[in-house]
Amino acid sequence: MPPRIDVHNLDAYYGDFRAVEGVTISVEPGEVTALIGPSGCGKSTFLRTINRMHEVTPGGRVQGSVRLDGQDLYGRDIDPTAVRRTVGMVFQRPNPFPTMSIYDNVIAGDKIAGIKRRKAVFDDIVESSLRAANLWQEVAHRLHKTGASLSGGQQQRLCIARAIAVQPAVLLMDEPCSALDPISTLAVESLITQLKSDYTIVIVTHNMQQAARVSDRTAFFTVADQGMPGRLVEYGPTAEIFTAATHQATRDYVGGRFG
Amino acid sequence: MTEMTKIVAKAPSGKQAPLGPAVGGAFPGIRALPGAGRIGDRVFRTLTAGSGALVLVTMVAIGSYLVVAAWPALHANSGNLFTTQVWRPQADPPVFGIAAIAFGTVVSSLIAVVIGVPVAVGVALGVSQYLPRRWASVLGGLIDLLAAVPSLVFGMWGLYYLIPHTRGFQQWLSTYLGWIPIFRNRTATLTGQYGQSLLMAGIVLAIMIIPIVASICREVFARTPGPTIDAALALGATRWEVIRSAVLPFGRSGIASAAMLGLGRALGETIAVALVLSSGFTINWHLTELGGDTVASTIVLKFGEAGSSPVAIAALMLAGLCLFAVTLVVNATARLIVARKVATP
Repeated sequence: MPPRIDVHNLDAYYGDFRAVEGVTISVEPGEVTALIGPSGCGKSTFLRTINRMHEVTPGGRVQGSVRLDGQDLYGRDIDPTAVRRTVGMVFQRPNPFPTMSIYDNVIAGDKIAGIKRRKAVFDDIVESSLRAANLWQEVAHRLHKTGASLSGGQQQRLCIARAIAVQPAVLLMDEPCSALDPISTLAVESLITQLKSDYTIVIVTHNMQQAARVSDRTAFFTVADQGMPGRLVEYGPTAEIFTAATHQATRDYVGGRFG
Repeated sequence: MTEMTKIVAKAPSGKQAPLGPAVGGAFPGIRALPGAGRIGDRVFRTLTAGSGALVLVTMVAIGSYLVVAAWPALHANSGNLFTTQVWRPQADPPVFGIAAIAFGTVVSSLIAVVIGVPVAVGVALGVSQYLPRRWASVLGGLIDLLAAVPSLVFGMWGLYYLIPHTRGFQQWLSTYLGWIPIFRNRTATLTGQYGQSLLMAGIVLAIMIIPIVASICREVFARTPGPTIDAALALGATRWEVIRSAVLPFGRSGIASAAMLGLGRALGETIAVALVLSSGFTINWHLTELGGDTVASTIVLKFGEAGSSPVAIAALMLAGLCLFAVTLVVNATARLIVARKVATP
């Protein structure tokens, strides 16, 4: 069973600037949760606090707590690199390692950490991860070609395979389809739906149809004005957010009246 | 005619190249291309093409001058240019060869690269990956400044400070690592008898090439694509693991070309080496022993005694020609590597 994520009163800063303020949210296990909202509302920043990627930006820091099945990811003795191995991430632009083969990209997590396994074990990891990412059929015959030889959609699925190869519990996706064409988007979306039984998935998206298609719950973020922190306005089952939102701002946004 | 005046009036600059002939379509303002474009374009093109050509002409002129000037020496030489280890162009018959000095050049430059490049890569990694931004820019500026120090200063510092203070180090090398022939000094017994060796020349050269190599490496490392670094971080990489998996693979060819440029500088370095080395005209693999010479240092030291002897001067020209050819090849190779890097993103 994938874990639940409990975020309590979380603020995220860039230096003195507070980009996200007071987010409290419970992400349900084994579901897809979509974060939507206008540009600059802090949804990507918030996403990056869940695997402690926010703090690698100069000046990036966080207040509040993020708990994974009760364990505080910002606890005193927690190693952020261990957090990132448990909470995997897929980025906006497909970013396979350009100097590595498809095969090496999939096992990059282990390779980077210096984990040695027998070749047969690596072979298994590569095949099962690529199968789970719906990419095996397309690349099985050219595993030792560079990842850059794939199409954008294939590269993004390679990145998903790479993320799940280290067996994370959570998958974060930061606008994973925004650089892809509609066909590739469809492939990635159907993959997300397949993966949700094994991973708790949080996806940031600009595309409201996509949020409606893939997510079980939706969180709407907004920002009052430039220089103000982003806030979580409303969170609930996706159908409710899109048809019967409580807040006017949410209704305006999902109705296409702004943003 | 009215159409044309309108167009000219609309154009931003006052001066206009003559417009091409009207092509007579629906829009009279759309005309055939004037032959050579506007005046600004023409001036700019001539200027850039001219500068480019000037560089080429200079290169060819230097090369062909050296060939012509060295020609008499090639005929007069009674030794073999590439194997003879003496330099007596004024003897009768003249006998000289670049074997020993080519050896000195290559070995001291290789020492410089072997010592200098790892240090420079380390400095560049520290500046681009570890230090906080403010300190990084200060240190980066200092490195660039170091690259601007005249080589004469390095030579004097090497001769009067570094060598006297590292005699003990050379003795230690010879005593404890002397079982490796290159470190063994067969003649010296006292600390004071160590000094102006090929090894020290290589170390001074290493210090001289560190700034340029570090500077290029820093640029290359700073251009590691952010998404690739993010990818490594998101997989749980530590800072060192990010460097190993993202920064170094991306910068590999950049490091190679920086090393080649450093090698090129070390090969051609003249005055620092001439100061640091005490002359010795044999191929000597014992790098801590005194003596040794490089092509460049020989040219600068022997010019005085060449006097008006045409053969002696021609012989030095010949040595210069060899150096010219070698550095040209090294630098061209470095550039080729860089160019290939740019072509494949």
